[in-house]
Amino acid sequence: MDRFVLSALVQNHAGVLSRVAGLFSRRGYNIESLTVGETEDPSLSRMTIAVRGDDAILEQIQKQLEKLVEVAAVRRLDPDSSVLRELALIKVDATQESRSGVIQIADIFRARVVDVCAECLTLEITGDQNKVDSLIALLKPYGIRELARTGLSALERGPVSLPLILSLI
Amino acid sequence: MMMTGARIVVESLVEQGVDTVFGYPGGTVLNIYDELFKNSDRIRHILTAHEQGAAHAADGYARSTGRPGVVIATSGPGATNLVTGIATAYMDSSPLVAITGNVPNHLLGKDSFQEVDITGVTMPITKHNFIVKDVARLGEVLRQAFDIACSGRPGPVLVDIPKDVTAALADWSPGAPRARTGSLFAPKLPRCLDDSEVEEAALIIKASRMPLIYAGGGVIAAGASAELTLLAERLHAPVAISLMGHGAIPSRHPLCTGMIGMHGTKASNMAVGKADLIIAIGARFSDRVVSNASRFAKGGRILHIDIDPAEINKNVAGCRYLIGDLAEILRRLLKLVAAREGSDWNGDIEDWKRVQPPSHSRARAELHPRGIMEDLHARIGDDAFITTEVGQHQMWTAQFYPFTRPRSFISSGGLGTMGFGTGASIGVQIAHPGSRVAHIAGDGSFRMNCAELATISHYRLPILIIVMNNGTLGMVRQWQRMFYEGRFAETTLDRPPDFVKLADAYGIPAWRVSDSPEFRSAVDAALASGGPALVECRIDIDEAVLPMVPSGRALEEQILEERED
Repeated sequence: MDRFVLSALVQNHAGVLSRVAGLFSRRGYNIESLTVGETEDPSLSRMTIAVRGDDAILEQIQKQLEKLVEVAAVRRLDPDSSVLRELALIKVDATQESRSGVIQIADIFRARVVDVCAECLTLEITGDQNKVDSLIALLKPYGIRELARTGLSALERGPVSLPLILSLI
Repeated sequence: MMMTGARIVVESLVEQGVDTVFGYPGGTVLNIYDELFKNSDRIRHILTAHEQGAAHAADGYARSTGRPGVVIATSGPGATNLVTGIATAYMDSSPLVAITGNVPNHLLGKDSFQEVDITGVTMPITKHNFIVKDVARLGEVLRQAFDIACSGRPGPVLVDIPKDVTAALADWSPGAPRARTGSLFAPKLPRCLDDSEVEEAALIIKASRMPLIYAGGGVIAAGASAELTLLAERLHAPVAISLMGHGAIPSRHPLCTGMIGMHGTKASNMAVGKADLIIAIGARFSDRVVSNASRFAKGGRILHIDIDPAEINKNVAGCRYLIGDLAEILRRLLKLVAAREGSDWNGDIEDWKRVQPPSHSRARAELHPRGIMEDLHARIGDDAFITTEVGQHQMWTAQFYPFTRPRSFISSGGLGTMGFGTGASIGVQIAHPGSRVAHIAGDGSFRMNCAELATISHYRLPILIIVMNNGTLGMVRQWQRMFYEGRFAETTLDRPPDFVKLADAYGIPAWRVSDSPEFRSAVDAALASGGPALVECRIDIDEAVLPMVPSGRALEEQILEERED
């Protein structure tokens, strides 16, 4: 099953998230990640939903989402013409001996050290999922204590925008 | 004009053209009921015995009229008692507006007395729902609620109103009964189809030699029965109907092949396998129709016409489609397709149509389902409304009762709600005081909401209740007999009540009959009485619904007869 990324503009108020989440669980669609936040228009939120499935499932998900009254528009993002980003915080063991190795890896990935203590340090990384996955894999041997990932956020490249598309409907 | 939230509710209902509501009072809707009391000359309130009955009544009102049905209930248990009714309306796309009270804003979320998160509970079974925490929004939300319930593919909408909102003041003035249009969140309606899309569909139809129309409840919801019949006649195409499609075309129309699916006719089920084109109109390929999706309609392609884009390719893949208002699409198609003569295809259909399900499977009984339906129809005529419960009697009604017009068959299809019909019959009769309503029930289903006899009796609703009593949950028993080696687990209803005495307790005359002459004279006497009446029909415990397609099998593999042993 492939991964697809959907971008949805929704009404910015309580309850929309549970409506969308409820739709996914009720119909048995697999959410990989779901992020939501306010947009340039405070009455709207953007949801970025990464899902696994085939084309038929994706078509159903998109149509079922579009049926929700509080969903204004849904668009399937083509990874090649979109910017997809995720942020992760990784707390990794870093003793006197291992610290420089961890920092070297972090540098290669342009991850930042955002917290440090005697036994460990916390890295912040932004990138697409593959990049985050690779960093995590490389840090694993050092010992990962805790991990927090935001899930994907995404926008299409170029001048196109969902609000623009909406205004043309 | 400044007024209370409760008054806004009443004024909004009047603005929507609502003259009847169904419901049950309680603590958090006291203010609303007080306003209803003061405005009883403008809105009639029908008090049921239970909120579930009120929800089904409002649903029956909606299904039989095409106008939204309104139900009001209090918070907590009042609201949760609506749940089955709302889910029933949702599955069959019926425009229902449910108004519930809730605890005051400051008590929300504190597990207060009779508090329940009804918008959370009903999220998966409503087209949309609202909780209105600010009285200033109430008027607009109610307009939106009716707009959403009635537009596009209809469905239930719930509006939850905390008690303090019904007491608070806000400015309200009459406006257009529909919500603002052009808003980002106005109900989404399908765009108008291009001519080229309709022309392409017409070409597909023209290229077919053995078309079959499969019509569902959407035809009735769209008011497209006349167009459907015209298209069928133009193409000389047989029309198979889903359960919800009953009445979309007259049952005895020469081109109607009857119900399709699990208990469908031989003609409909054979035709779907052999047709080179299936034109599905306002139908959703439910599992009870399709049986085995991978073996459905293997002989040809499918042209799916529906108002809901999400129904396309949901249950059966690879369909060509047209999305939009059915009546309009069919009118446009009718301009493009030429009339055809009957062909060998129609001959095949006629041959299959001659294979009728047996009128009964049990020789020893003297009262049979088909006879009951035919005798009933002969007595109450084509203008009557028929409501049913769910089970064998429902299938017999669908198979044997000749429906002649849309909205005359009121039944719970998608959810299959036992107990639906008694409430629904109340709504239908209230909406059509001059028409006869016959409610056909099984003994199991009737027990579920028979407390509504109080409502039928109180309002003197001349509903003729036919209880087909086989002393069992017959449909389940049929499966147990056929697939569970006759182990009748908890399906035998060898217990009270005595239905005649029960009716008597509510002041409703009743007859118990066990053969056809008795049935006919009881129905005659019941109809002559002019009021509510109940006729209990004693039928054989092992009378079966046939034909039957065991689940998972292809439609052509139907069982036509069951051996009696």
